[in-house]
Amino acid sequence: MLEIKDLHAEVGGKEILKGINLTINPGEIHAIMGPNGAGKSTLSYVLSGRDGYEVTGGSVTYKGQDLLDMDPDERACSGIFLAFQYPVEIPGVASATFLKTALNAQRKFRGEEELDAMEFLKLVREKSKELDIKDDMLKRAVNVGFSGGEKKRNEVLQMSLLEPDLMLLDETDSGLDIDALKVAADGVNRLRSPERSALVITHYQRLLDYIVPDFVHVLADGKIVKSGDKSLALELEEKGYTDISAA
Amino acid sequence: MAVSQETIEQVNSVSEKYKYGFVSDIESETAPIGLSEDIVRFISAKKEEPEWLLEWRLKAYRYWLTMEEPDWAKVNYPKIDYQDIYYYSAPKVKDKPKSLDEVDPELLEVYSKLGIPLKEQEVLAGVEGAANVAVDAVFDSVSVATTFRERLEKEGVIFCPISEAVQTHPELVQKYLGSVVPYTDNFFGALNSAVFTDGSFVYIPKGVRCPMELSTYFRINAAQTGQFERTLIIADDESYVSYLEGCTAPMRDENQLHAAVVELVVLDNAEIKYSTVQNWYPGDENGVGGIYNFVTKRAACRGVNSKVSWTQVETGSAVTWKYPSCILQGDNSVGEFYSIAITNNLQQADTGTKMIHLGKNTSSTIISKGISAGKAQSTYRGLVRMGRKADGARNHTVCDSLLIGDKCGAHTVPYIENQNRSAKIEHEATTSKVSEEQLFYCQQRGLSEEESMALIVNGFCKEVLQKLPMEFAVEAQKLVGISLEGSVG
Ligand SMILES: Nc1ncnc2c1ncn2[C@@H]1O[C@H](COP(=O)(O)OP(=O)(O)OP(=O)(O)O)[C@@H](O)[C@H]1O
Ligand SMILES: [Mg+2]
Repeated sequence: MLEIKDLHAEVGGKEILKGINLTINPGEIHAIMGPNGAGKSTLSYVLSGRDGYEVTGGSVTYKGQDLLDMDPDERACSGIFLAFQYPVEIPGVASATFLKTALNAQRKFRGEEELDAMEFLKLVREKSKELDIKDDMLKRAVNVGFSGGEKKRNEVLQMSLLEPDLMLLDETDSGLDIDALKVAADGVNRLRSPERSALVITHYQRLLDYIVPDFVHVLADGKIVKSGDKSLALELEEKGYTDISAA
Repeated sequence: MAVSQETIEQVNSVSEKYKYGFVSDIESETAPIGLSEDIVRFISAKKEEPEWLLEWRLKAYRYWLTMEEPDWAKVNYPKIDYQDIYYYSAPKVKDKPKSLDEVDPELLEVYSKLGIPLKEQEVLAGVEGAANVAVDAVFDSVSVATTFRERLEKEGVIFCPISEAVQTHPELVQKYLGSVVPYTDNFFGALNSAVFTDGSFVYIPKGVRCPMELSTYFRINAAQTGQFERTLIIADDESYVSYLEGCTAPMRDENQLHAAVVELVVLDNAEIKYSTVQNWYPGDENGVGGIYNFVTKRAACRGVNSKVSWTQVETGSAVTWKYPSCILQGDNSVGEFYSIAITNNLQQADTGTKMIHLGKNTSSTIISKGISAGKAQSTYRGLVRMGRKADGARNHTVCDSLLIGDKCGAHTVPYIENQNRSAKIEHEATTSKVSEEQLFYCQQRGLSEEESMALIVNGFCKEVLQKLPMEFAVEAQKLVGISLEGSVG
């Protein structure tokens, strides 16, 4: 699904990613942990194609294609979804409108028929019910005035609707209360399938109790310094990053 | 840009030359180029106007000669030579496109994005001989116009070309024409009063709620109202009308200068909702060939509890100079101004409103959304005046500017004149930029860069778009996206 080879990237002229190697196969869930400022979000932005995140070396192959050659919207339409660490506000655009526009843009890209207002409404109601999101939130402008937790839940809702092949979750658990964490994790788990993969960035092992990863990696100073199975997360929780990286 | 003594003399000498000799030849379909008293007489004669109207036009013309073209607006354009304009039926231009093959492909692309049928595209693009065919084919004008008319007649509503109203309802026209915008008002208004050739006339009788939205769309090109359009709408006591002007498709016109006047008269407990989508050709990306649009629009809320809403979406023209205004004379009268002005490439817009509060407890709301992209310059200019007797008057103004890129500009020029201590005036202004973050967020969900921009800008304009009649709003939303094409990347 995704093959990252010796990826180097800089932001604002400063090298942040210093040679990342990572392969994600279909159906796998990889967790990335690591200290603040290590480059975790940077990796997610490089993969989704954000402006200003300049790749200076290495390669990324996604479904056999050169990912770095694709525009951000092309990547999105090809199934890459990034749940933002800090979801962005778009004043005046109702969440429902935003979702419908996005969904139909992706369907159009794939040569599928666009959904009409009724079909969409039915779908979005069903998904928001699963995620315990009130209809009223769909009428409000995207992320405007949403609480921290509501923003994160809204990201999961978008993801449930768009049904991506590769989910990039950047600290989706931060800011969620315990109940909301379960609901959001359920949302992700519902999407789990042998064809679908995920890269889950988190600081807390607790999330990984709900979204059980196949692999856990430690990203520090722009490099993956350690990889292991889910027990690595427990070890991290106990010992902290300094010990692990040194080990 | 003063009208020099030389020009006046030149004009006089020309008039001298043509005196009578030319006017008597009213069989002619066209008038010679330039402006003179004789041309004014010719237009009036062609329209078989009564003496009072001719006199009024002549007074306007003579007054215009003494006026100077205003230069206070923040717009730049080459000096207009008023003697180099045809004021009545310009001779057919030879290089009119013969078919759509000869029309600017970019313009055609816009038409197809708006989903405009081919026949209609021909009309809009000014293809030779298209107008007559298309009017029948597209609007099915006969049937539409008749069913339309029958319903309106039943209610006693008068909706016709103003030239027709001069013949059929001279007393109404004489009573109200120039009563809101006198010919002495401003340079372009005076010019329009002297030479207007047509426009719309609407009268809603007492107690009537106009059964449908009145739209000039049915009349475009049918009447070729051209560059000096004159509109007069009167809402009698307890009546209501919603009037739609313009259309979303970019219209080409050989006439570069457009100077329209719109007068609204609102009597006791009556309401007029006036919505405009202005999308005249803005010129190419170098600004060549665009329309100069200098409009005077004003509403007089004469009656108690009378109400006027101006809603406008301005995306076209190379230069726009336009300030729809409300004179709130009747006690408790209400004036509203909702505006979206989008400027891209080299377009310039200086637009805003004037709210003149005269009566007690009058209130006004102004919501202005200015969007600038490319190298465009957009200015909001608004005046709120609270007269001495306007006890308890209130105004609330929100003026938001959105910038796309860093080569454009947005300017806000509020003028406040308060002569009444009990009056309340609130003014809020913001300037923001479309952020890279917002664009990326949308793109990450699958929208192209342009779709993302359109979505964000439509969000910014939402409060105003909501004020438009439903079907107009949908078109206007599409238009917002199209107007901004080429502004990203
Ligand atoms: N525009 C920028 N210019 C310069 N440095 C930047 C810029 N954007 C990010 N950085 C730096 O890049 C580094 C990596 O940031 P990144 O957001 O990827 O960290 P992170 O691992 O996600 O951290 P956290 O756990 O706090 O979310 C940080 O040191 C950050 O300050
Ligand atoms: Mg981060």
